Amino acid sequence: MTPLRILLVDDEKPARVRLRQLLDDLAARLATRVVDEAADGVEALEKLAERMVDVVLVDIRMPRLDGLQLALHIARLPQPPAVIFVTAYDKYAVQAFELAAVDYLLKPVRAERLEEALRKIRRGFSDVSLHSLAPQGRLQLRCSERGRVSMIPLDEVLYFKAELKYVTVRTARGEHLLEESLTQLESEFGARFLRVHRNCLVARNAIAGYERGTPKEGETEAQWLLLLQGSTEKIPVSRRQWAQVKAAIKGE
Amino acid sequence: MALKDESIRQFTEAPATRLSGRFSVLTRLRRRIERWPLLRFVAVVAATTLVYSAAVRLGIQFGAAAWALIASALAAAAAIDWRGKGEPEAAAMNEARLMALTARIRPHFLYNSLNAILGTIRNDPRAAETALEEMAELFRALMNDPRQLTPLSDEIALCRKYLALERLRLGDRVQVQWDIDNCPPDALVPPLMLQPLLENAVYHGVEPMSQPAPIAFRLIAAGRMLVIELSNAHEAGNTHERGNRMALANIRERLEIYYGLAAYLNAEMRDGRYTVRIVVPYESAAR
Repeated sequence: MTPLRILLVDDEKPARVRLRQLLDDLAARLATRVVDEAADGVEALEKLAERMVDVVLVDIRMPRLDGLQLALHIARLPQPPAVIFVTAYDKYAVQAFELAAVDYLLKPVRAERLEEALRKIRRGFSDVSLHSLAPQGRLQLRCSERGRVSMIPLDEVLYFKAELKYVTVRTARGEHLLEESLTQLESEFGARFLRVHRNCLVARNAIAGYERGTPKEGETEAQWLLLLQGSTEKIPVSRRQWAQVKAAIKGE
Repeated sequence: MALKDESIRQFTEAPATRLSGRFSVLTRLRRRIERWPLLRFVAVVAATTLVYSAAVRLGIQFGAAAWALIASALAAAAAIDWRGKGEPEAAAMNEARLMALTARIRPHFLYNSLNAILGTIRNDPRAAETALEEMAELFRALMNDPRQLTPLSDEIALCRKYLALERLRLGDRVQVQWDIDNCPPDALVPPLMLQPLLENAVYHGVEPMSQPAPIAFRLIAAGRMLVIELSNAHEAGNTHERGNRMALANIRERLEIYYGLAAYLNAEMRDGRYTVRIVVPYESAAR
């Protein structure tokens, strides 16, 4: 049997050491190979982009990107590995895991429980478990630039714009390319973003106002433009979306 | 961010000492009467004599005066007795409240520490031994009588043990800037008040940060008050406000039991740092 390829994700070094030791102890009964370790969620995503992994053992509380948020990103990978959460006692987390029917281990981890969990791994997540674990969805977007993973807090996003093959995400600090479609983004973040054009989603809380542009040649009516907080850029609203956009702004 | 000592003195001393003065005169008198039966007897006799002599001076017949004497004696005795009975009951209730309120180690900390020690045993048995000893000390402190105020130096030593344990699992991310030279180590403080504050700071201000974010701990003796100030980095959108508020409410309640209105706690967020400030009357162990 080929050994299970495992990635250990925990910000505490002794906790990673402990998992390695337990896996070593289990080696005679269960073949595993720790392919790498990561100290937080972002590092885990970088490691997962480099190599194939069967199981990720994930701590919950970590800097930068916590365990639950990491799981949301793992679920979007083309071939998502199985995820087993490892956590110190926390009544609410444990309740959430039970409800979502995901695998979890309590710290200090026991060898028997680890073996049991590894023997029944399930790849990927159901939408139901993801939703019940993190009802607010992703809080950060991931983009890869020159092999490095960088995260963009959703709070900072001004708008998404679809251009040819890619979606550009615009923040007050700059622009990044995303590997996801506008439709996907709209269905996940519809509550926070407004469709203003066939190719554009604008953050509701970034809208500062609107004004009428100058009419194009040969047209009588000018296009409406959205003004944004933290940017001088003006976003054209399509005629089809205008009524809806206006209602959304007035309603707020 | 850092307050000048002078300004701390200004804003702490004026209202607090006034309150503590009024509070303590009444309380001391009551406690003394309650503690010594002889004093209670003298008080009853004094009250009775007063009523009797007043009656005689007003020319009231001895018969009526005698009745007045007996009635007032009974009333005085009853009044003092009622106080005497009410106090121990209130004290017992406060004791129970203190027991319930005195910080228990968070399960989060306990299990994570045990896990870290397990991860250390094979590679560094000595470090694991030290960690278990520190843990034993922490738990010993937790089992201590929560009613006794303890010397500040003991509380600081306890904090250092706690920090050593956190360092085992979080490594160099745990950094504390101590600014405590200006504070007499014999000052008395409620037991186990500093450690939970520090635990809060580690949980909210260190664990979520990928870079070391030092905790600042300041202790200042300002006249008759002692100021304890602890601040930590705080990330916007940190989602554990509830636990933090509970911890602070707990400390507030304990302060009230120990000091009445003479002590207080406030907390504020400014420039990405979260600061908790506790002001208590300065009492020395030597006294």
